Amino acid sequence: MAEYTLRIRRYDPQSGEAAHWDDHTVELEPKQSVLDAILKVKDEEDGSIGIRCSCQQAICGSCGVRMNGKPGLACNTHLDEAAARGHGTGWNPPDEGQAERQVITVEPMGNMPVIRDLIVDMDAVHWKKIQRVTPWLVNKEPVPEREYIVPHDNMVDVTQTMACIQCGACVSDCLSMEVDPGFIGPAALAKAYRFVGDPRDAQPLERLNDLSQDPHGIYDCTHCFSCIDACPKGVDPMSQIMRLRRKAGEDYDIVDRNNGKRHEDAFVKNIRKNGLLQEADLLADSYGGKFHPRAVPELLSGLPTVATAMSRGKMTPKTALTHPHKAPDDVRKLFDEIDGREERIELNLYVTGYEDAPENVESEAEETTGTETEEDQ
Amino acid sequence: MKVAYWPGCVSRGFTPELHGSMAQVAPLLDIELIELDRASCCGAGVIAEHNQELADALNARTFALAQQTDGELMMNICSTCQGAQSECQERLDANTDYREQINADLKEAGLRYEKGLTNKNFLWLLVEDIGLDELKSRVKRPLTDLKVGPFYGCYIVRPVNRLGIDDEHPRDRYLHRVIEALGGTVVDYAGVYKCCGFPIITMNKEASLAQAGRHLGDALDAEADCLVVPCPLCHLNLDLQQPVAAKTVGRELGLPVLHLPQLVGLALGLSPKELGMNKHIVRPTSVIDWSTSVVAAA
Repeated sequence: MAEYTLRIRRYDPQSGEAAHWDDHTVELEPKQSVLDAILKVKDEEDGSIGIRCSCQQAICGSCGVRMNGKPGLACNTHLDEAAARGHGTGWNPPDEGQAERQVITVEPMGNMPVIRDLIVDMDAVHWKKIQRVTPWLVNKEPVPEREYIVPHDNMVDVTQTMACIQCGACVSDCLSMEVDPGFIGPAALAKAYRFVGDPRDAQPLERLNDLSQDPHGIYDCTHCFSCIDACPKGVDPMSQIMRLRRKAGEDYDIVDRNNGKRHEDAFVKNIRKNGLLQEADLLADSYGGKFHPRAVPELLSGLPTVATAMSRGKMTPKTALTHPHKAPDDVRKLFDEIDGREERIELNLYVTGYEDAPENVESEAEETTGTETEEDQ
Repeated sequence: MKVAYWPGCVSRGFTPELHGSMAQVAPLLDIELIELDRASCCGAGVIAEHNQELADALNARTFALAQQTDGELMMNICSTCQGAQSECQERLDANTDYREQINADLKEAGLRYEKGLTNKNFLWLLVEDIGLDELKSRVKRPLTDLKVGPFYGCYIVRPVNRLGIDDEHPRDRYLHRVIEALGGTVVDYAGVYKCCGFPIITMNKEASLAQAGRHLGDALDAEADCLVVPCPLCHLNLDLQQPVAAKTVGRELGLPVLHLPQLVGLALGLSPKELGMNKHIVRPTSVIDWSTSVVAAA
């Protein structure tokens, strides 16, 4: 048994009082869960603590909270694991001393309004965003008399997103949503990929067009990786968003009004040509080129910044406008060869696993090619 | 120690002071830099959005070039390079067939990537290979009374498993530890591990600069004298765009942002000018004042 201090954030919006922290000391095995500790305190010390939970087996997705700053399910987070986070990635102020490592702060998830204590309003944010992406299959016509026959690889491809249990942990820590509450967000976009990648769905183009053109859609994700670390089920929502971008931009060639596809094309063209990034060109090309009507106001608004940068010697007209680097021939060839393939090759480690994983090192008998191809649509 | 050195693109583009300051600092730490001048951009996650195999092949090519040198490991000075390259390396190292397929792409150029390259950001190398005690022993101008806010950048702290962050390698605390080893005071504020917003600056400028502005404001509220970043892309949003970010969040900012080699260089006795701090958009006056006051005191 070990002793932990459970520091629970208490808040009742209807009380008119400010939020505060309540400390409770619990004695439990380090491998018991944070939810065990919360329920023990609730049972023995303070029945008024608000927490939503049900299955206690990491499948219902009800008990999402932040523990020492990191979102996750209280029921599948061990006490010792949560306590050790006190020194980790932004989760807590830097209390590196052992004494503090027994303190576990428990707060409601972020980016959603608090109903009471640890209970957040999932309807107001999470479910609204899920509804936004048409989270059901739109049947391809004609509907077969019996079942649809689906290629195995296609279903494996969407397996990862199907692992989502809708706990909202990724929504809690989405850094784009923090400043842009309109962002459709990681959970809903991962859900969208589940249908875009399903060969039975009749509307992948419509879905992708919708999600690309929405100013708060797939191009609003800032690559912060928070959702990847937040997800207790390995759904890797950010990677699903990148897959949506590949499908929208490459398979369907959707040019969105947010400059997402243009930026990507400009970047690829820039590196193919220069080998290293030529920033001035990238900026202009992301808006359609230096002289494009869309680019002009953007470039003009950036002039004061450019002027200051030049006055400081950060850049010179020469470095801003000329191209000192040229891509080596073999780099260009890589672009041409790989882009010229009929099928894009992608490796999804969630599906293929890692050769060095302990279970594979022991039995190397089974060898798989491990590569998947995404069919051009 | 000798390292295969990948400076990245932006350190030789819009943040030349980063590349310059690294060149100044390396000899003071006995780091010999073998620059990978034929290597290409890491793709910054954007090329992977276009074609994953292409991003993996470009980085495998860079790794192969690094393996042709006699450097002990490969070093970068950009969180984004670290993250994008770690992601590609994870796939390359996880699957022999896939790696061989990529190596077939590189064959014509006479290149081949062998699994298991060590690729470290300068921050990781400072702590793990040079060591904080050694770093401390070389400090000539301790950063006494300088309040420094660490800003890591997403790509160097997440995802924790891919980046090898664990109890033995608490890489998400290294910036804190380096600031302390240099004699400075760490300022903790809400934005330490958040996103600068740069990746969406051409898609959603408002949201991008709202992120930068918010973190700068939080650091100011926590009374930081400056921020330190191991990522030049963060520097673009936090420094180059800071005047615009100030308008976006509707408050005055004016917080100097230093590149990691600049902060180290200051403590090792180099002058702000030698470290290219005159090239910043937000003049690091408070830092320069501090450095001259230290000289005066000495």
